[in-house]
Amino acid sequence: MNPGRVHKVLGTETEFGITIRNQPDFNPVLASSRVVNAYAGTSSRIEWSFEDEAPGRDARGFGYEPSAAADFDTGLANTVLTNGARFYVDHAHPEYSSPECYDPLEAALYDKAGELVLARAARAVQAALPDGERLLIHKNNSDGKGNSYGAHENVLVSRRVPFGDLVAHLLGFLATRQVFTGSGKVGAENGRPRVPFQISQRADFFEEEVGLETTLKRPIVNTRDEPHADPGSYRRLHVIIGDATRSEVQTFVKLGSLAMFLAALEDGALGDPVLLADPVESVWRISHDPSLRHAVPLDGGGTITALDLQWRYLEAVAAHAEAEGADDIHRRVLDDWESILTDLEADPLSTADRLDWTAKLRLLEGYRDRDGLGWKDPKLRLLDLQYHDVEPARGLYDRLAAAGTMRRVFTDDEIERAADEPPERTRAYFRGRCIARFPGDVVAANWDSMIFDVGEDSLKRVPMMEPLRGGKDRVGDLIAAAGTAADLVKALGGD
Amino acid sequence: MAEQQRKQRKQRSDKRADEAVEDEPTGSTGEITEKIDDLLDEIDSVLEENAEEFVKNYVQKGGQ
Repeated sequence: MNPGRVHKVLGTETEFGITIRNQPDFNPVLASSRVVNAYAGTSSRIEWSFEDEAPGRDARGFGYEPSAAADFDTGLANTVLTNGARFYVDHAHPEYSSPECYDPLEAALYDKAGELVLARAARAVQAALPDGERLLIHKNNSDGKGNSYGAHENVLVSRRVPFGDLVAHLLGFLATRQVFTGSGKVGAENGRPRVPFQISQRADFFEEEVGLETTLKRPIVNTRDEPHADPGSYRRLHVIIGDATRSEVQTFVKLGSLAMFLAALEDGALGDPVLLADPVESVWRISHDPSLRHAVPLDGGGTITALDLQWRYLEAVAAHAEAEGADDIHRRVLDDWESILTDLEADPLSTADRLDWTAKLRLLEGYRDRDGLGWKDPKLRLLDLQYHDVEPARGLYDRLAAAGTMRRVFTDDEIERAADEPPERTRAYFRGRCIARFPGDVVAANWDSMIFDVGEDSLKRVPMMEPLRGGKDRVGDLIAAAGTAADLVKALGGD
Repeated sequence: MAEQQRKQRKQRSDKRADEAVEDEPTGSTGEITEKIDDLLDEIDSVLEENAEEFVKNYVQKGGQ
């Protein structure tokens, strides 16, 4: 491996839509808190520690913007799970941040596990609601009325790559990948031209090329520079433009293509960037054309379709991966990425067994044909929303999957296990196992440390600055052998 | 060169698609379409009631 490249540790964070039907005084912040607290059980007493967090740090080197601090220290329900994830309330939504994962397949699995966490939590709250009130949670990104909430991807990248190089390649890549990362949406929002249906939930909400914001004037490339790891070696690329995805194949390819693209970029294997003349306008114009024929203007003249730019990136990434000797998981990313582009080119609906936007579009067209519905019929908006309901008995994605029309990557058992147990090859293992084994002794945790109360005068803090340390190979035996948290801290030589 | 690479990739992709047929949850596109028609009836039974009211009241606070 090129010394300039770092292992692509990655994870996702998802804000879920929440509502309680027939509850007159519904308050989303309160409801989200109930969801988080209902789930966590014994670990609900373990707090998230904000020590070391600095979401206002800017990758372009501008230092701090104090305004950004307001969005994290809310004092709301905020906990950490036995699978190493963080589960909390953010901006009036329940949010699940997956544990750090070793590869894209694992990251897709823990993203799916998040859906199960929310479904379990919703059932626990539902059991205590008065008759007639019904709690619904959606893994989507928009209410159809101009309000959007995020599904972010995080990937560890080398600090050696100049941020400007990342931006130059990312703008075109992120603007065009929505043809296989979109979840589909009825209508347009945020002042964009009306369309009956578009590819992406999020595209209408991107208004800048590069910036620090995440809640307004959202940028295609977000500059938050908060690696939760050694800042001398790493950046954490915080990708905010993606849709929340329910298809397992789609989530795997979304994460895998991004990780492999970044590895190729770190090795200088992508060649000169393909610069779009207007990346912001290209994002929504591409999303607004489910036929995938729209070509967007290039900087310096000419045009390119989203599919053609993705083919170029796939070719460069595949050549790089072959030269470097990719493992089976990364070969599978390339195969799936390629077959999806091939099928999208032939007939977008032929990907309806793998992509959320085409699966949803096929369903909508099915209803339109059967019931003669116009695009403005509220039933179509309902279908759009309910596709994302995380309760498998109701969620239309789940109904399609149960009927065998969506390709699966994982078994239900694998997802159940991932909701409870941490990944084994990152520091999430240490975090998750400590919470499972010593829930009464962990006072607080965050991405890069754990704080224990072992009955002495001072609390014991165990730093975890390296995402790849703290896996089962290093600490599995220590945790298994420790009878108490005090034994463990002592064995680790913590202060 | 790029065109040739793409052709090779498409050939591999086609070959893989042929090989993968048995693993796929459903056989042909036609079968999938038929299944979708059957599914609509099942989905009718789980759809939220009062679509218009539900959609109207579904308002989220903005997030990240």
